[in-house]
Amino acid sequence: MTAFLLKRLLIGLATLLVASMVVFGVMEVLPGDPALLMLGMNASPDALEALRQQMGLNDPVVIRYLHWIGGLAMGDFGRSYTYSSPVIELIGERAAVSLPLALMSLALSTLIAIPVGLYAASRRGRLPDTLAMGTAQIGVAIPNFWFALLLIYVFAVWLRLVPAGGFPGWGAGIWPGIKSLILPAVALALPQAAILARVTRSALLEVLGEDYIRTARAKGMPRRTVLWRHALRNAMIPVLTILGLQFAFLLAGTIIIENVFYLPGLGRLIFQAITQRDLIVVEGVVMLLVATVVVVNLLVDLAYAVVDPRLRVRT
Amino acid sequence: MSLLEIEKLKLDIGGTPILKGIDLAIEKGQVMGLVGESGSGKSMTALAIMRLMPHAAKASGRLTFDGIDILASSEEAMCRLRGDDIGMVFQEPMTALNPVKTIGEQVAEGIRWHTGANRADAEARARQILDRVGLPEAKFPLTRYPHELSGGQRQRVVIAIACALKPKLLIADEPTTALDVVLQKQILELLKDLVDEQKMGLLLISHDLAVVADMADRVTIMRHGEVMEDGETARTLTEQVHPYTRQLAEASMHVPDRPHTTAASSTAENLLEIRNVSRDYPGRRVSLFQKGEPFRAVNDVSFSLKPGQSVALVGRSGCGKSTLARMILALDHPTSGDIRFMGESLIGKDETALRPFRRNMQVVFQDPYGSFNPRHKVERLVSEPLHLLDEAPSPTARREMVAAALHEVGLKPSDMEKYPHEFSGGQRQRISIARAIITRPKLIVADEPVSALDVSIRAQVLDLFADLNQRLGVAYLFITHDLTVARAITDEVMVMHDGKMVEEGGTGDILDHPKSDAARALVDAAPDLHRAIARRLQEQG
Repeated sequence: MTAFLLKRLLIGLATLLVASMVVFGVMEVLPGDPALLMLGMNASPDALEALRQQMGLNDPVVIRYLHWIGGLAMGDFGRSYTYSSPVIELIGERAAVSLPLALMSLALSTLIAIPVGLYAASRRGRLPDTLAMGTAQIGVAIPNFWFALLLIYVFAVWLRLVPAGGFPGWGAGIWPGIKSLILPAVALALPQAAILARVTRSALLEVLGEDYIRTARAKGMPRRTVLWRHALRNAMIPVLTILGLQFAFLLAGTIIIENVFYLPGLGRLIFQAITQRDLIVVEGVVMLLVATVVVVNLLVDLAYAVVDPRLRVRT
Repeated sequence: MSLLEIEKLKLDIGGTPILKGIDLAIEKGQVMGLVGESGSGKSMTALAIMRLMPHAAKASGRLTFDGIDILASSEEAMCRLRGDDIGMVFQEPMTALNPVKTIGEQVAEGIRWHTGANRADAEARARQILDRVGLPEAKFPLTRYPHELSGGQRQRVVIAIACALKPKLLIADEPTTALDVVLQKQILELLKDLVDEQKMGLLLISHDLAVVADMADRVTIMRHGEVMEDGETARTLTEQVHPYTRQLAEASMHVPDRPHTTAASSTAENLLEIRNVSRDYPGRRVSLFQKGEPFRAVNDVSFSLKPGQSVALVGRSGCGKSTLARMILALDHPTSGDIRFMGESLIGKDETALRPFRRNMQVVFQDPYGSFNPRHKVERLVSEPLHLLDEAPSPTARREMVAAALHEVGLKPSDMEKYPHEFSGGQRQRISIARAIITRPKLIVADEPVSALDVSIRAQVLDLFADLNQRLGVAYLFITHDLTVARAITDEVMVMHDGKMVEEGGTGDILDHPKSDAARALVDAAPDLHRAIARRLQEQG
């Protein structure tokens, strides 16, 4: 097991290294001079040159790459050109919103999807199945911002249970923070849950056709018990795969929802950084996301092994 | 009153009748053999007794077990019966166990479900029954997972699950069809002992008359959802009153006509020569820095084959015979040794250089269902090997060649416009033989070519193989664990065991007087209808 983990960690590090080269290379090719951006269009050539010198922009590409990657390794992501604060602090502030949001919507979508998938599979081809899967089809088709608008109208404007947008900061207390994340989490979770419910159902139906389900029925266990005890765990592999993909998306692919609810999350940070050519922030956030995907994939692989003994590495 | 009584059982699925009035009775402690070809309704009868038929199935008639009307019972009542009073063993041990649960959990589960025992007690009972079926604690703790067990061992676990609560009736649906003959014998003996010990009734479903003759007190012979004949085993199978019974018995012992054997051509050049061939597979890594011991699947094997010769390569599953076949077909490379075909070495040749050799050796696989692309017409399927010719034939020439090959195997040229699903199992195996002979090969490697077929179809396919050997002079390498096939159609037999060639010689010599332990084990375990009937008659005096 340790050998397996060590190997996976090394592969993860190699992935990060390659990703860092690609990210740095792309940013290198894109037009835009950070010094010009920082000093404005009217800056004197001398001042520009001095700033470039100070930021190390005149160094050869390789030196700058090594400088950057060396900093990353030490936890120094550099300094934002536009906010003039350390990138790591910016990311930290934004992740304090995005990470809880992602976790909440992931938990929510799992809690909705798996029972719905189980229910639909246990009543295959009958009315409840058709209804559940029809609803899921609609859920997949409708974009999450539409749900967001609907939720704001019902729960914020009409019932006045939660704020319509904005984030008070965790300093204002846990509950106000969570309260302002509930609606965006639901809006994000619904389409994800729809996809996950369909995957759960089809994985279960496939498993229910297996010989060992018949063996379990021949032991005298009712259909529903067999579904829970024998089918569900075997159907988890595709569900875990989708969950892993969804988490990566939820962490940074939520620009629209963050804008609708006016949340200071990672999605908006990267969007602003791109429009303002704040390349060092873009690079930092992208690297963070790559690292997250690597870690999530590792976790998903470990979860596979927990679910299915055939995937456990014997040592 | 009998333990199980079935009267006029009818069953249809979506309007298609599957069972058309079955009568069958099993007494306490009796072994009933249910024989028939695929589609005769044997398995559906078993599922009806368990009431585990497909959703759309509608059953009528009378089906009573131990005085309980099965067809009228509630689902809860059936759940109480299943696994407690009626146990069932299935055909395919590789897939019959849940891969994510330990064998202990799976055996104990039914015990806990029915008796309400706590985990410790249920596991203690599971341990007892696993010991009983031949899986001792030292080697097979309850924490083993199914994938850590072989097929025969998994079937023992399935039997343990079925017999854990000492059922009154055990249903075994082709319990040994997926196993090699030696394992088959062990599993059948285990079933017999358990039935004797626990005074169970046993419904043994099989397509193999010899197996049933060996095991059953009475037989019921089914065809197309109807009972053809039933009665006491030895009498039914010796007197063969019903023509279908006779037909089955004859087909299962069928030996094709082969007027001239090819032994005469022993002076000819070797067609195929295997010299000291070994194949290693890398072992599982012991740690990050240490490789595991390699596994030697084929170990220093040598033999040769003359043109037109028909040779059987027999051995138990996992003995390396299929690996050897793959190397002969140049689908895998030997770790060491040389393979020469038509006088030239195949080792180290690239695909282009191999083409003239591939044209001269073709293959027929076991499963005629799985080896065709269902979306292609027969014309395309049969003409597949033609790309191996130096010049691609014109479309007209191609069709003519396909028509000729189909004619050769007893199909109509017009069949080339059809899709594989329009044919029966036997016809499909004919199509795969047509595909193999279309390039006029000198050698056909056939990997268990008739084991998936019913006895009567199997007799026809064996006839076809024999006929092609006589007319076209094509040499065969039959890979099989079934000695009746070897006896029917080959001149020589080679026996493999643990990767080594342990015995070779004339087919009759080896099958009648095996010398090596491995060969003797195979011969002893092979079911034989004559022997089984003779023994039954002797027992009855």
